[in-house]
Amino acid sequence: MRKLLILLFCLLPVFSYAGEAKDLAADPVLEKRMIGLAERLRCLVCQNESLASSHAELAEDLRQEVREMMLKGKSDQEIIDYLVARYGDFVLYDPPMKRYTLLLWFGPFAMLLLGAGVLVFQVRRRRRTVQETVLTPEAQQRAASLLNEEGNK
Amino acid sequence: MMRFILPLVIFLVLAGFLYVGLGLDPHEVPSPLIDKPAPTFNLPQLHNTAKNFTPEEMKGKVWLLNVWSSWCVSCKEEHPVLLSLSQQNIVPLYGLDYKDKKEDAEAWLRQAGNPYILSAMDRDGRIGIDYGVYGVPETYVIDKQGVIRYKQIGPVTQQNLNEKILPMVAELERK
Repeated sequence: MRKLLILLFCLLPVFSYAGEAKDLAADPVLEKRMIGLAERLRCLVCQNESLASSHAELAEDLRQEVREMMLKGKSDQEIIDYLVARYGDFVLYDPPMKRYTLLLWFGPFAMLLLGAGVLVFQVRRRRRTVQETVLTPEAQQRAASLLNEEGNK
Repeated sequence: MMRFILPLVIFLVLAGFLYVGLGLDPHEVPSPLIDKPAPTFNLPQLHNTAKNFTPEEMKGKVWLLNVWSSWCVSCKEEHPVLLSLSQQNIVPLYGLDYKDKKEDAEAWLRQAGNPYILSAMDRDGRIGIDYGVYGVPETYVIDKQGVIRYKQIGPVTQQNLNEKILPMVAELERK
């Protein structure tokens, strides 16, 4: 009897099925468009999650809002503007180029240039300090024969 | 000598950045609604559902709009501060009961005391979205022209009431 029970429990996973979360909108095309847009937006409650993946209640409300705006025929840009007007540029994962985001956009390149400058400076300075030793003809011959010897081995 | 000073300087600069970073709260997102007209609404009042409340009624007054909810834990933290503020009669305090059940909201205010002149019921959180609410409690300072002047994200403390909100209210009153 117990064995039968264990066997039954072993079979349980076969019958269980985990599906994707059900689409709330009846229209799968619209839902896809909504998710596509929401993936580019940040959820303000759990800030490292997108609006598409967040389970925060606000994210659900906002997804619903986006759905309804899409149903009303609003363009993606209009919806983004609507959200930015309420929550600020912070909702965008792709920050717009503005005066105060210049450092964000060009900072890394400035750092790269700075690094390259330091490198060139250092290399040049080293070249000045490391002097090439001038060899006498005898010394040169000796060096050549030593190298040859090495090569013949 | 340079060989030791340079890394030390770099280290100190990095440490400075990290130290400042520790003090920043990533949850405090600056609101784009500052200095913009407060979004209008027309919602039923919590204690008198037959009547509505709209911010238009408040034109000509400096007032506070506090977004709260009975399920919100940090609202309980600020509640005593709001109660003492309402007793001082400095500035009218109105509530926006965000995504709440009427019974729960009433029960909470009955139990803890009601600091609000009245609260409007934003059952589905639509008005909250218009105000850019993303974490209750949030408190807005609205001026005589109906423009949002300040937004407090998270619980109001006696300290930021004294240092920020009340001086601002006093200044807006003078205008």
